Amino acid sequence: MAISIEDVEHVAKLARLKLTDEEKETYRRQLSDVLEHARRISEVDTSDVPPTSHTLPLRNVFRDDDVKPSLSVEDATGNAPWAVEGAFKVPRIL
Amino acid sequence: MKYETIIGLEIHAELSTDSKMFCGCSALFGGKPNTNTCPVCLGHPGSLPVANRTAIEYTIMLALALNCRITPRSVFHRKNYFYPDMPKNFQISQYDIPLSSSGYIDVDMGDHVRRVGITRVHLEEDTGKSIHIGESGRIHGADYSLEDFNRAGIPLAEIVTEPDIRSPEEARAFMQLLRATLEYLDISDCKMEEGSLRCDANISVAVDGELGTKVEIKNMNSFRALFRALSYEEERQRHVLDQGGGLIQETRHWDDAAGKTHPLRSKEEAFDYRYFPEPDLVSVEPDPEWVERLRGNLPELPQERFHRFIEQFGLTRDIASMMTGEKALAGYFEKTVESGQDPKELAKWVAGDLSAMLREAVVPIQSCPVTPAGLGELVGLVDRKVISGKMAKDVLREAFETGRGPEQIVDEKGLFQIADARELEVVVAEIIAENPSAADDMRNGKEQALKFLMGQVMKKTRGKANPEVASRLLKQKLIGKD
Amino acid sequence: MVDVINQDALSIAELIKTREMSALGVTQAFLERIDKTEPKVRAYINVARELALARAREIDTELADGVDAGVFGGVPIAVKDVLTTRGFPTTCGSRMLESFVPVYDATAVERISRAGTVMLGKANMDEFAMGSSTENSYFGPTMNPWDLDRVPGGSSGGSAAAVAAGEAPWALGSDTGGSIRQPASLCGIVGLKPTYGLVSRYGLVAFASSLDQVGPMTRTVRDCAALLGVIAGYDPMDSTSIPGELPDYLGGLTGEVKGLKAGVVRELSSEGIDPGVKERFGETVALLEGLGVTCEEVSLPSFSYGLSAYYIIAPAEASSNLARFDGVRYGYRAPGESEDVWEMYDSTRAEGFGGEVKRRIMLGTYALSAGYYDAYYAQAQKIRTLIVRDYGRAWERYDVLVSPTSPSTAFKLGEKIDDPLTMYLSDVCTIPVNLAGIPALSLPCGLSEGLPVGFQVMGPPLEEEKVLNIAYALEQAIGFEARPGLQHER
Repeated sequence: MAISIEDVEHVAKLARLKLTDEEKETYRRQLSDVLEHARRISEVDTSDVPPTSHTLPLRNVFRDDDVKPSLSVEDATGNAPWAVEGAFKVPRIL
Repeated sequence: MKYETIIGLEIHAELSTDSKMFCGCSALFGGKPNTNTCPVCLGHPGSLPVANRTAIEYTIMLALALNCRITPRSVFHRKNYFYPDMPKNFQISQYDIPLSSSGYIDVDMGDHVRRVGITRVHLEEDTGKSIHIGESGRIHGADYSLEDFNRAGIPLAEIVTEPDIRSPEEARAFMQLLRATLEYLDISDCKMEEGSLRCDANISVAVDGELGTKVEIKNMNSFRALFRALSYEEERQRHVLDQGGGLIQETRHWDDAAGKTHPLRSKEEAFDYRYFPEPDLVSVEPDPEWVERLRGNLPELPQERFHRFIEQFGLTRDIASMMTGEKALAGYFEKTVESGQDPKELAKWVAGDLSAMLREAVVPIQSCPVTPAGLGELVGLVDRKVISGKMAKDVLREAFETGRGPEQIVDEKGLFQIADARELEVVVAEIIAENPSAADDMRNGKEQALKFLMGQVMKKTRGKANPEVASRLLKQKLIGKD
Repeated sequence: MVDVINQDALSIAELIKTREMSALGVTQAFLERIDKTEPKVRAYINVARELALARAREIDTELADGVDAGVFGGVPIAVKDVLTTRGFPTTCGSRMLESFVPVYDATAVERISRAGTVMLGKANMDEFAMGSSTENSYFGPTMNPWDLDRVPGGSSGGSAAAVAAGEAPWALGSDTGGSIRQPASLCGIVGLKPTYGLVSRYGLVAFASSLDQVGPMTRTVRDCAALLGVIAGYDPMDSTSIPGELPDYLGGLTGEVKGLKAGVVRELSSEGIDPGVKERFGETVALLEGLGVTCEEVSLPSFSYGLSAYYIIAPAEASSNLARFDGVRYGYRAPGESEDVWEMYDSTRAEGFGGEVKRRIMLGTYALSAGYYDAYYAQAQKIRTLIVRDYGRAWERYDVLVSPTSPSTAFKLGEKIDDPLTMYLSDVCTIPVNLAGIPALSLPCGLSEGLPVGFQVMGPPLEEEKVLNIAYALEQAIGFEARPGLQHER
């Protein structure tokens, strides 16, 4: 399963990862290898097989609409690299 | 070439639960930034969501009110994309197995009824809010942005309609009906201006039955903006087609100040959301008994009430529509009916003078100084001819401003109408004597003379004369007939 | 003076309860051991020296006052740095969280704390639990106490090494594809991955949400049962947490296993397994038979696809779980002025994550992306169903299933790090367990060329008792007494 550099660039953009040209090539190679191996699963006939996203037989797990105490603003923003008056600062969006 | 406008709407309504969708933080609007947050709604490492039962209930109620089918087993999906107002850079939403689907609602336009199909009603979580800091305070040209996650995690019901709407008027009427429905169900504050009700539209123009290119319109922040934006866009698209041009599938932003839509330039082009089932949540399988109980507990919905007001109370369409458009107003009106007075009269007063006074004073109907019983009193006084209709307006004004009952006001001010014919005969005779030329004019058939003489009678009785009786007496005396 | 660092946790608990040793004395002994051993083993990212001493003193005071200090009052423990500890750094072995201090405790941490344990520190791990050797830690690798030139396994390598080297009597680890069991196997200790949903994941920094579980890593099976009893049980903060009463895991260890049936999984016990491992494994199966357990080979064909399915599902979920690390609300942010937030994201994530993490994020993003979802993710979820079914069929005939835990003993540092695929193959025996969500335990069953070999016991969902009991009986029969020498091979 050959993956192109364009594929790698597209995926890196979706995943918001900046890659050097060298990294792109390395990942291209490695991803191709892993996906080739993983593609074995396409050999298996799963036409009547439903997918499993959970091995638990649980359903309808809910909580009551009760208000619980929130964090203090200090705790909420304490780990922020850049906080201003209780809000998280980010560089311009557009 | 025959043009037909095709509109579909996508609406998000914030549900008025006490706590957020997946955590116990308060869902109250406002508050200083990041004062209603916790590890879950901040997306801290290791945090996990737990679904709010009431939010699910509210969504099911909405789906039932929109005649939808409740999905026996639905799941939450992750919608993956990066944005600074996203605590986890994925939104917990629903994808191909939503809570409900395949419903409809009938929008009564007067001369026709538009059945708008509801594709789905599902549940998801809201994002945080960005405050853009720069010259204009808008996202374009901002130097940086500040993120507040108080809103992150608030439950949102998403309603998607089929492209069944055929005009901006229908779109507006649909939204008004939806808003009233949400209000009647008491599941959302639904204030477009506050952002608890949001609407995007897809609009295209079909030419000779052939579907056109869909354009998405965003940033319509009121019903008026919705109407104006769709009207503008409809016109724009038809104009392009008239010129023989082509339309491109795009997203356009409504600029309310400029009164036009323009294309949205966004850096976020990759719309591959990579949906997959949310592994931290289990399936939602509403118990059929639970659903039936919710269905049985649904209140009377706006259209039902609208039709009932017409059939039961004989109200006109316009007045019935106005009365039912706001739940509290409808409730107020129904209470006035308990007074036993004529509902049509009561409705006229509620829809007319009373509503005008409320609007002027910026007072909601819930805080109306005139009680329903009081309004009933007022209408009763007019009905028994104790006061004239004109006097009643003043009495209402006084009651509104002071909070005193109409009967009390009439009593105190001695405003009783003079309806007794014998009493009025004396006054009428006096007026005729005092105004011989007018009297002569009237004898000779001049219509204005009657008006003048009536005015004089009113002046002499300080407005208390019953107009019908006075008029009858004048005519009897001067023309010899009623 | 009691040689406390070589005692198991239950014995230590007893020593403290009877006041033969103070909690402070015990903690000091382990801290001394850590000081001496860390330069060679490097099992910990952050040692909580002051916190541990303070807590130990607190417990001694409580005991003196006759207050209940918890069923394991004063017993020290190491916690894999993937579980949040309030007020104390939680790094997940990553630069991304190097200075992150959580504002809440993971439920498992809360429970061990309430039971009176004293946290010695946060154990080293492969970054964000992705790896099988602990070589992927931003803070450098951990060395295997049996041979310091070799890996301890991963991703809970630090926890395993700490317990093996006497730097903690027991530890908490996490297991997504074998991350408790494989390092336990390579370090010669006991490690259990409980049934999915038995132990709360609240506070467990997510790698693959449908596969992750927290579990005990201990010296003995009894310790393992005891620690499981502390951390297991329903948690309302975790929607995937199983409700219901818990059995008495410790009390259930009778050692009586006669008449039970064990299936030897062919697909996990033959191809690609080192000869030395195969030998120890075969001997252990014979021992099991000697205890009255009928052993026979069983084929579970879907298992040969387990690795492939896992390396689609786990990275896919991980790519989504790790999206939150963007430099906005916490963690690393790329220094300097960014042109815009998108550049800030791209640089932060490129610099904050190590190579293996980035590789898996790329893999996972690809597998979920438009056009590939059906072929990869959806198909992998169906393979998962087949694996669950194969196990289901097996449980109709067998009480437990057995296999080697790892195809090899501890490999050398640097040996597999450059070839991801080879590294991934280390997980071939452990992965099907996570895909099916069943419980599995690794028990040291002997040495091969001086390095420990692990024996894996797998059981039906929520039948930890059975798994533990068989492991307990085997443990007595094997009599694994060897201790790591903390030496270089040369």
